[in-house]
Amino acid sequence: MNAGMDSAPAISGLMSSDEQVLRPRRGLVAIDFGELWRFRELFWLLAWRNVLIRYKQAYLGVGWAVLQPLLTMAVFTVVFGKLAGMSSGGAPFAVFNFAALLPWMFFANALSESSNSLVASQNLITKVYFPRLLIPTSAVLSGALDFLISIGLLLLLMAWYGVAFTANLLLMPVFFGLTFLAALAAGLWFSALNVRYRDVKYIVPFIVRLGIYVSPVGFLSAKGYEFLGPAYGLNPLVGLIDGFRWSILGAGFEPYWPGFWLGQAVVAVLLVSGAYYFRTMEKTFADVI
Amino acid sequence: MGRPIISVRGLGKRYQLGATPGHDTLRDHLAHALAALQRRWRRRNGEGAAPEPAGPREIWALREVSFDVMPGEVVGVIGRNGAGKSTLLKILSRITDPTEGEVRLRGRTASLLEVGTGFHPELTGRENIFLNGAILGMTQAEIRARFDEIVAFADIGPFLDTPVKRYSSGMYTRLAFAVAAHLQPEILVVDEVLAVGDAAFQKKCLNKMQDIGRTGRTILFVSHNLSAITRLCQRAIWLHQGRVMRDGPAAEVASAYLNSGIGTGAERTWPDGAAPGNTVVRLVRVRVRREDGTTCEAVDIREPVGIETEYEVLTPDKVLVPNYHFYNEEGVCVFISHDVDPAWRHRPKPCGRYRSTAWVPGNFLAEGRLTVNVAISTYRPFEVHVHERDAVAFTVVDNLSGETARGDYAGKLPGVVRPLLRWQTEVLES
Repeated sequence: MNAGMDSAPAISGLMSSDEQVLRPRRGLVAIDFGELWRFRELFWLLAWRNVLIRYKQAYLGVGWAVLQPLLTMAVFTVVFGKLAGMSSGGAPFAVFNFAALLPWMFFANALSESSNSLVASQNLITKVYFPRLLIPTSAVLSGALDFLISIGLLLLLMAWYGVAFTANLLLMPVFFGLTFLAALAAGLWFSALNVRYRDVKYIVPFIVRLGIYVSPVGFLSAKGYEFLGPAYGLNPLVGLIDGFRWSILGAGFEPYWPGFWLGQAVVAVLLVSGAYYFRTMEKTFADVI
Repeated sequence: MGRPIISVRGLGKRYQLGATPGHDTLRDHLAHALAALQRRWRRRNGEGAAPEPAGPREIWALREVSFDVMPGEVVGVIGRNGAGKSTLLKILSRITDPTEGEVRLRGRTASLLEVGTGFHPELTGRENIFLNGAILGMTQAEIRARFDEIVAFADIGPFLDTPVKRYSSGMYTRLAFAVAAHLQPEILVVDEVLAVGDAAFQKKCLNKMQDIGRTGRTILFVSHNLSAITRLCQRAIWLHQGRVMRDGPAAEVASAYLNSGIGTGAERTWPDGAAPGNTVVRLVRVRVRREDGTTCEAVDIREPVGIETEYEVLTPDKVLVPNYHFYNEEGVCVFISHDVDPAWRHRPKPCGRYRSTAWVPGNFLAEGRLTVNVAISTYRPFEVHVHERDAVAFTVVDNLSGETARGDYAGKLPGVVRPLLRWQTEVLES
């Protein structure tokens, strides 16, 4: 820090709440939580804007949020359930698959939206200041409405197939929160990388396209663990999908906990490193974008 | 008074030019990292290593800039393009970090580098007011409290719930400025926002800004419009090549700037590396000329004046259309002219060096200083290869000879153009 500044501490103390000092930031930059809190209204507004724009621009509007998961489920149920004859652990295959699509689709949409969010907000970034972290974070959050719609569909499906509602359902918000963090961790990395490296925009759709088959969306995670051992849990979506199945289908679907925690550890590392990488790159966004 | 509300000390900002590490790909980055490893490996093994590629060139957009602004001061920042004005505003607005030095802001700061930042065409006027207000730093409560005022200032009443993509450009600008004008920060940083909208609206904006100044707000205002600066600001800071050239009363600084010849002149030549343009075409020289071929700073209103651009075509097979944009001292675009020379209409230019000249007829422009932006574009598909603002400037002089549209009137004559019309008077009855 600047030792020996010519400021008079007695006076500046009075106005310190108002005084901003802008100087070069070097090395790693930590997250300023106080500032994020001050900008919380803008955060909600940006998320609200993303939702409004998405539904206003789509011809089908909210209908898309209903059709997309249902059609995906139908295809998976036919291909994995009927043609490949995959086991669904005794549950109706449609519900078994839909329970996995809930976190997967939220993650996939959130990742696509957030990784592109900074580049799409170029106009804001070069013209006005606010914590840049709001951009990818609000992009992740804007998928929450789609998620809520899917929850409604899930409840209908459960009633249709006669799946019992258990107390485990109360755990779903926890698993949703963890999925949010996983999407945010990936979103922070990819959005910041996307500003500097323009080929990142081709990498993300590729991850999303392959991810749905690599993650246990159309089969039991036990199959994956059988094949790869506990390392299968390195993909955080494995544990999260297990978590959702457990809360929806009940005790028979308890996650393989070592694998689950392995995935959460990966998310924790990606989240903290992603936040640092983002904050450190942030100071050059406006110059590079 | 006492303590300054803005203190800038030893501020500097360095940019890297040329081979910027900005827009490359992850693939290139990894390839470079591998090549660097390979070089190091070879060096260690004593082999003749391939030379390292030349590093990117650096430029200091701002260097050792220091000044203080007291609460309630309205300060204008002037200087030609590339003098560091926008960089200074970007640092003060926290859009970019300084490379050295520091800024202390002792009050709530709002910056207005553009009107309508964050406006989304699909959203309605009402939705955009809330979004834009929040982006500019207003709380929802503040926006709600001033909502009616904003709508009234923008004068968009019945269109409040219409998506702004259906607005006319005038309505759009009015709404955007209305939100900005109702910000109530202690420090307001403003860039060229007045260069939008029609003359009447510009005046309304200037008045609104003057009101803001009177209520004790501190304003830092960047503009090319020297008359706006002298009218609005008590003090001006003149930046030249990233440094403070002069700082003092606005009228003094503005006249020193005008007399220095550093302002835009009648001729610009660019060295190879720094020429505006891209990989398709690059400017070489722009000048204002008379019919006899001499370069001229001041032109007699009766004489035609030529704007001559020399440029180098680097990529063949593009239809390149030079075009000039003429602005008067008020920042009003007087007219825009495209190259319609039939010899090159719709015809791609092979690589090489070209000179295109456009002649503005005599007895057409009004008196005063005109600034010319030089652009070179391709229209199908639309691409702008060069757009050099304030490339050259010249002054049109009406010499009171009585042979111009002024006739025998010697007073101040308003008007954007001053054509000599053919008048005819018939005697109907005597």
